[in-house]
Amino acid sequence: MPKLTIDAIAIEVPVGTSVLQAAEAAGKEIPRFCYHDRLSVAANCRMCLVEVEKSPKPVASCASPAADGMVVYTDSAMARRARRGVMEFLLINHPLDCPICDQGGECDLQDQAMAFGADHSRYREDKRSVREKNLGPLVKTSMNRCIQCTRCIRFSTEIAGVPELGGTSRGETLEITTYVEKALTSELSGNLVDVCPVGALTFKPQAYSYRPWELKKTNSIDVFDAVGTNIRVDARGPQVMRVLPRLNEEINEEWMADKSRFAIDGLMRRRLDKPWLRVAGKMQPVTWEDAFVAIAARLEGVEGNRIGALAGDLADVESMLALKDLMASFGSASIDCRQGGARFDTSRRDFYLFNSTIAGIEEADAILLIGTNPRHEAPIINARIRKRWLQNRLSVGVIGCATDLTYPSTILGAGATALNGLLDGSHDFAEALAKAERPMIVVGEGALKGDGGAALLATAWALASKVGGIGAEWHGFNVLHRAAARVGGLDLGFVPGEGALDWAAMMRGGAKVLWLLGADEFDVAEIGAETFVIYQGHHGDRGAARADVVLPGAAYTEKSGTYVNTEGRVQRTALSVFPPGDAKEDWRILRAFSAVVGKALPYDTLEALRRRLVTVNPVFGTHDAFRRKAASDTVGPSPKGGTLSHRKFPPMIANYYQTDPISRASPTMRACTETYSPPLLQVAE
Amino acid sequence: MGLLDRTARSLILAELLGGMMVTFKKMFEPKVTINYPFEKTPLSPRFRGEHALRRYPNGEERCIACKLCEAVCPSQCIVIEAEPHEDGHRRTTRYDIDMTKCIYCGLCEEACPVDAIVQGPNLEFSTETREELLYNKEKLLSNGDRWEPLLASRLEADAPYR
Repeated sequence: MPKLTIDAIAIEVPVGTSVLQAAEAAGKEIPRFCYHDRLSVAANCRMCLVEVEKSPKPVASCASPAADGMVVYTDSAMARRARRGVMEFLLINHPLDCPICDQGGECDLQDQAMAFGADHSRYREDKRSVREKNLGPLVKTSMNRCIQCTRCIRFSTEIAGVPELGGTSRGETLEITTYVEKALTSELSGNLVDVCPVGALTFKPQAYSYRPWELKKTNSIDVFDAVGTNIRVDARGPQVMRVLPRLNEEINEEWMADKSRFAIDGLMRRRLDKPWLRVAGKMQPVTWEDAFVAIAARLEGVEGNRIGALAGDLADVESMLALKDLMASFGSASIDCRQGGARFDTSRRDFYLFNSTIAGIEEADAILLIGTNPRHEAPIINARIRKRWLQNRLSVGVIGCATDLTYPSTILGAGATALNGLLDGSHDFAEALAKAERPMIVVGEGALKGDGGAALLATAWALASKVGGIGAEWHGFNVLHRAAARVGGLDLGFVPGEGALDWAAMMRGGAKVLWLLGADEFDVAEIGAETFVIYQGHHGDRGAARADVVLPGAAYTEKSGTYVNTEGRVQRTALSVFPPGDAKEDWRILRAFSAVVGKALPYDTLEALRRRLVTVNPVFGTHDAFRRKAASDTVGPSPKGGTLSHRKFPPMIANYYQTDPISRASPTMRACTETYSPPLLQVAE
Repeated sequence: MGLLDRTARSLILAELLGGMMVTFKKMFEPKVTINYPFEKTPLSPRFRGEHALRRYPNGEERCIACKLCEAVCPSQCIVIEAEPHEDGHRRTTRYDIDMTKCIYCGLCEEACPVDAIVQGPNLEFSTETREELLYNKEKLLSNGDRWEPLLASRLEADAPYR
């Protein structure tokens, strides 16, 4: 462990630490542009120069390993002169764009020029200019401003796994480009804007519309997939201007998927802001009382289990609990949150969670993906798997559709029967799994859909058990969910009771009254024509088009709601803007309705509802206290008498960019669909 | 002064007579009062009056929605919203100055990197309703168009000192 001295502070650091990291550990932050903790070292910006005793030249601290006995001065006269010189060089070809540049106010170059640069420029010659590139509908480029730090190239190649950006020519003429004009194909491309230290790469949809100092920042959780990415919502007045990722080493590190980042302009469009009632075939705007009275009238005399409730992909746990309690007060156990029809086993929590945890992927040495495309269903998890692959080239097997996951994978089959080849050891991949100390079996919703779902779950567990993936130190059985509401709903028990109707049974007139809590991802034509449909949600999408009563609710940025991610981690969003017009928080709507029908729910405040939530399932009291658990019980889920189906697994996501009402309402997501998969364009009704 | 002195001054109301002498003398001196609105005092080219948004000589508006004026304004009377213009340039969609909040300090003019927002020499813009004093972009731009020759000459006159 080398011991070195930084600015008279003696410090001991692990072998392989660079001087810059050692200085950070000692509390001295060294300015830098090209160095990034999560990317490889390039050492081309030279801003991190420090003075090292006995060295005639200043040393690039990001690229020098800390050596025993080194004496480093980060703020000496030589270091300061070096920084001033480097800053002068960087500003030579940098355009005077600050007033029109979106990065103004949060620009590393501005901040470091103020802190370490000179007060005037000595440059009188012309500046070089570079043609702008078209990288697609998400990332705006102004390559004049590029300082050639190559962070974008390293991010695309290493973390996103799409080696599309590169630098052509050398020296002053170095140009960062895709060479052939094409849109970036990674679903992590928004992170390029975060890593770029200057305004060369900025957000295209939100161009020119805000300055960072006028935004109000709120910490929240993303709900566009089941990863539970930590985000920071930046809003100005009533409008959410952008969302940025928050650091969370265990889930998303510093990254965020594109849909979560760019679909937010859908929050301002097609919003439901007042209650509607269908009168004589036409929708009329009504008051809350009239809407509630109409619903109460239709509920009169309906037998308990013929009243159904369906929870969609974006529902928070509080509103699902309120809906479940409301249904129970009507004597109905016909509730279902499993949009998409996947057969989960809710008898034990680890049968439907991503038990290895996202951080645990970095300990895995073999992964089997069954019926899931993590690149589209959970891009952050895919990035973690890629990170692990870069570390140890682990084997990844895929049962399902062949896709480019950004790391090499072996296709073992298209459907459930491929598992048999692994169980009896006939396939080569079985050996890779068996040799691995920490194998991971990941089952996706695509595999669990349909009749063979329960059998597949049991077979996958048996396989995980056989290859030693279920033990006291490691739980290798994982279920990858697609929707933020799913695990919360399963934890809450939002599934049909004994003798009650499930999702499929409620269709085609099975349910006389249907309460949709933001459920839009199914064919609403399947609902029987006689069924009275109540849609409670925030966007006017398919559900609202079919509904007889529309109740406007709040979107995820407009309420404090609990969401459980695919690992089983309980997290909470926070309110950053208020819902538009007359829209209210979803649980409040249900509570108000319950009072109108004389069956008032037993909570008047969010705190009271959350106390009830903890009594229903104590896991909801573990907000922010999540730990990875080992397998305590090795008995697997029961196949419930089913057999493995011979069908190919259906892909669960056809179009990554439009999977929920918010993204369908977003013009940016529409532009992305037009760019990447035009035949799949879905327009919200 | 002796007791006699002070008593005499008090009885003849000396200070009163002194004050009245000043008034009387002033009646015959030239007055400094000017006959506004027919006569006006000179104003320097730095005088901070009614705001205006200027344009480039080719007609394009100067304001590039950098929001520096909005950020520096001490009374937060400027509200700006922006988006890409049809031709891709950065322009405002909303530029409101609440003239009733404005303290006419001139910081916005100082902050502007392109000399878009300026304070002109006009101080005669009183209105009969409050709403008319909540200026929007149209009003400011038309101000600029009407006052441009004077604004340009003032800027030129003051340029060596800025």
